Amino acid sequence: MTATASSAATSEVQDDRPYLEVDDLRVQFKTEDGIVRAVDGISFKLERGRTLGIVGESGSGKSVTSLTVLGLHNMARTRVTGSVRVNGREIVGLDEEKVRRMRGRDMAMIFQDPLSALHPYYTIGRQIAEAYLVHHPGQKAKAKRRAIEMLDRVGIPQPQRRYDSYPHEFSGGMRQRAMIAMALVNDPSLLIADEPTTALDVTVQAQILDLLDDLQREFNSAIIMITHDLGVVSRVANDVMVMYGGHAIEFGSVDQVLTEPQHPYTWGLLQSVPSLRGNAEDDLDPIPGSPPSLINLPSGCAFHPRCAYRMIGGGPCDLEVPELLPTAQEGHVVACHLPENERRRIFAEEIKLGAE
Amino acid sequence: MSEQTFEPGSQAAPTAVAPRSSSPLLTVEGLAKHFPVKQGAFGTKALVRAVDGVDFSVDRGETLGLVGESGCGKTTTGRMVVKLLEATAGKIVFEGRDITRFNRSQMRALRHDLQIIFQDPYSSLNPRHTVGKIVAMPLQVNGINPPGGVKKRVQELLETVGLNPEHYNRYPHEFSGGQRQRIGIARALALRPKLIVADEPVSALDVSIQAQVINLLRDLQREFDLAFVFIAHDLAVVRHFCQRIGVMYLGKMVEIGDRHQIYEEPAHPYTRALLSAVPDVTKIGEKGRERIRLEGDVPTPLNPPSGCRFRTRCWKAQPKCAEVEPPLLQIGTGQQVACHFPETGPIA
Amino acid sequence: MARYLIRRILLAVLTMFAVSIVTFLLFFAVPTSPAYVMCGKQCDAHAIAQTEHRLGLDEPTYVQYGQFMKGMVAGRTYGTGDLAVKCPAPCLGFSFRTNEPVTDIIKRTVPVTVSIVVGALVIQTVLGVGLGMISALKRGSVFDKTAVGVSLVGASMQIYFFGPILLLIFVYSLHVLPNPGYTSPFDNPGQWFTQLLLPWATLGFLNSAIYARLSRAQMLETLSEDFVRTARAKGLPKRKVYARHALRAAITPIVTIAGLDLGGALGGAVITETVFGVNGLGRTAVQAVNDLNLPVVMGTVLLAAFFIIVMNIIVDVLYSVIDPRVRLG
Repeated sequence: MTATASSAATSEVQDDRPYLEVDDLRVQFKTEDGIVRAVDGISFKLERGRTLGIVGESGSGKSVTSLTVLGLHNMARTRVTGSVRVNGREIVGLDEEKVRRMRGRDMAMIFQDPLSALHPYYTIGRQIAEAYLVHHPGQKAKAKRRAIEMLDRVGIPQPQRRYDSYPHEFSGGMRQRAMIAMALVNDPSLLIADEPTTALDVTVQAQILDLLDDLQREFNSAIIMITHDLGVVSRVANDVMVMYGGHAIEFGSVDQVLTEPQHPYTWGLLQSVPSLRGNAEDDLDPIPGSPPSLINLPSGCAFHPRCAYRMIGGGPCDLEVPELLPTAQEGHVVACHLPENERRRIFAEEIKLGAE
Repeated sequence: MSEQTFEPGSQAAPTAVAPRSSSPLLTVEGLAKHFPVKQGAFGTKALVRAVDGVDFSVDRGETLGLVGESGCGKTTTGRMVVKLLEATAGKIVFEGRDITRFNRSQMRALRHDLQIIFQDPYSSLNPRHTVGKIVAMPLQVNGINPPGGVKKRVQELLETVGLNPEHYNRYPHEFSGGQRQRIGIARALALRPKLIVADEPVSALDVSIQAQVINLLRDLQREFDLAFVFIAHDLAVVRHFCQRIGVMYLGKMVEIGDRHQIYEEPAHPYTRALLSAVPDVTKIGEKGRERIRLEGDVPTPLNPPSGCRFRTRCWKAQPKCAEVEPPLLQIGTGQQVACHFPETGPIA
Repeated sequence: MARYLIRRILLAVLTMFAVSIVTFLLFFAVPTSPAYVMCGKQCDAHAIAQTEHRLGLDEPTYVQYGQFMKGMVAGRTYGTGDLAVKCPAPCLGFSFRTNEPVTDIIKRTVPVTVSIVVGALVIQTVLGVGLGMISALKRGSVFDKTAVGVSLVGASMQIYFFGPILLLIFVYSLHVLPNPGYTSPFDNPGQWFTQLLLPWATLGFLNSAIYARLSRAQMLETLSEDFVRTARAKGLPKRKVYARHALRAAITPIVTIAGLDLGGALGGAVITETVFGVNGLGRTAVQAVNDLNLPVVMGTVLLAAFFIIVMNIIVDVLYSVIDPRVRLG
């Protein structure tokens, strides 16, 4: 149901299947306060050479989704159902040892804060070489060569010398470059970036986004970019999935979702972000209230208590969970009870005008 | 380390611009903060020039934004203004009084007029105190008994910042991040200050909450005619909140001007690079647009480049830039820039 | 580094100096004269004065202190004529009660205390840290819950209760162990071991409880660190994630605490030595205070201070070796 436009670069794809297929994924944690439905039935596909942006606020389930793809949860307290296929191979329910062998080789991850994500006691080079050695046991000399090569590739000057530096001796931007080098040392086809630039300054953020762009073109990898920053998404993503309360509420190409969004929550996000353009004297139009608790999600559409357009008087908004349904535009799916023509009208008449 | 011959701020004297109003609320001249650090095998003392001679002024009811990348000195500047940090050099004049060397008891009286809001709504509130107590604290410390009593005043304040006054007896952990930031704002408002220094007040919040807090600050600013020094790294947020903006780089003010000047016709290459780097939703569909790519990181403030500090990353740098430090000069009404080769015209 | 060490050592000498002065002054603040304690039943003013003169106690305090310091550096001779006793440098004084230089007493008692303390340290690090780490890795399991419970009981137990009970069981009732005491391991290693087994067990087990709780907490904190998640994301097997990434970070603060504990304990494991009737540094020091035997008090206090200071320096250096972010300077 979430068809993605086919990628231009198909040379390295062995068959027609997308590299990553997630189908009706559900992730639940048991906590003292109750069951947390962190991800509640999401589906998407991602081909090599393309970037999927996952957007949402804290607690939307965007980070949990990515950790599940890597199988990084504490399985004792987590229940995962549905399907996650990486390169055709089912991850959900797969033996931990087999998932481990795929981690870092088929799929890799970079995190928000590279200072805490790198081990403070080991040199940058050693940590990158270690990532290589896991999947190429015994090739110590090669691992070091490869680590230096990767440091060079991600734009770290004097990689030979920097191999022996510790994380705290790097600047924030350099550390994130080193993280990227470590993630890509085994040529994974899928890279998950969880808020990779949130802790960085804008000029460094631009450098890192450019680097990811270049590397993607070079290695034809699939990238999942998890972020709360719509600007970053607009800059790097081909497709966008908007998440709210553990659900995907809108999915489509970056143009569809960011220039013709159909979900009231997406409208709200766009209107609450201050921009470098438009009339700065105008008040922002924030979404009222706060993101919901995943333990006690509102009934029906999880967004309905904050939604300015919920149907008045016994509509289905507070009763039924809306399904993610296709719109008139191919590839654009939205989970909202409002009829599509009504959504288009509201956006054209009330939202779009306010935005510019 | 090469010792520069100028005294912080002294170079600004001949080019000093007449204040825009006859009596600005806050004037900062040649403000500097140097932190001594030990360095190297022999423990030689070096100076981190976190802020190195900064001038600006804020009028009554005016919002001044300070922007720049981490390490530019914007937070240190803010803390010196409210005297959480002692200035190494320079002068802070508030309502015509030089407060630079004010002691503790002199500052206590000044706290009525000068408040600060912090970034982290989690660690800046005492978890063991009720919201009522937190907001009442500035009143009690200063021995103020407002008409109708402290409780009534606190409840009014809670209402002003959009919180339920009945939540007077709750504890900070019972509130969300956005609500906690509102509590911090209520506390800052308790003494009806004239100037609030807000240090990254919204950067820890979710996007939808961020907008709520920005709107609240704007409403309060208008309602109480508050002046703000608003410190943030997010240029879009600053554009939305501030009438004038100062751009800082490595402890120096490189450009200052009103909203239109800074965002539409910036003169300093660094300002242009910053704006160009911001990914903006409204730029969608302009992917081919030329962006200014800055190479490398901000140099260390332990050993800043000679001359213009931005020259090591600047695409326009000439030999002169390494030799002569550009002074902050007036280039238009209210717009000042510290660059030997400023840009002209609107940004592309 | 070298510069740092020199600075620390100079500072240590200065500290020792201060400790000696404070001890000296405190001692002379005691209202009873040591001569009075020494001269026994038939004591009159004359006998006391004689004893005071013999001990040099009739000199002003600063002169006595000067003589003490001189003895430290150059050695000293006590008494005159045939009765003269040479006390070579570093002379910490002469114990007239037991008629021997303080250094001899220290030479005799230090091996006892070192044996007890180091043996216990081995038990508490191996057992305590091991239990704590396993507990953390198996968080929530029966093993973890049992370990947490047992260590809580252990941490609240006292040596003067636990020690005598072990004595009763293993020495007096089962007769499987000899009465605790000290034999040089170079003379009879077997006896050294069996005699010290009970003090080790008592001190070691009880300290293990504290170390287990500490290690568990440290390890749990480390396991939630981002770099542990990164290590897993690389595809490292769990074993390596724990051993190479989590353990090394979790153990650092424990090394620090163990080092400082050791420094403190080397000055005398007073309670353990007393409970088991072993004459180590701690018991000797307490005895000397009761006897107002100044030279021995000075000697033991200075030695204890020395151990603490030295271990502090060692811990700081060790820390900078383990954690590259720590720079000595």
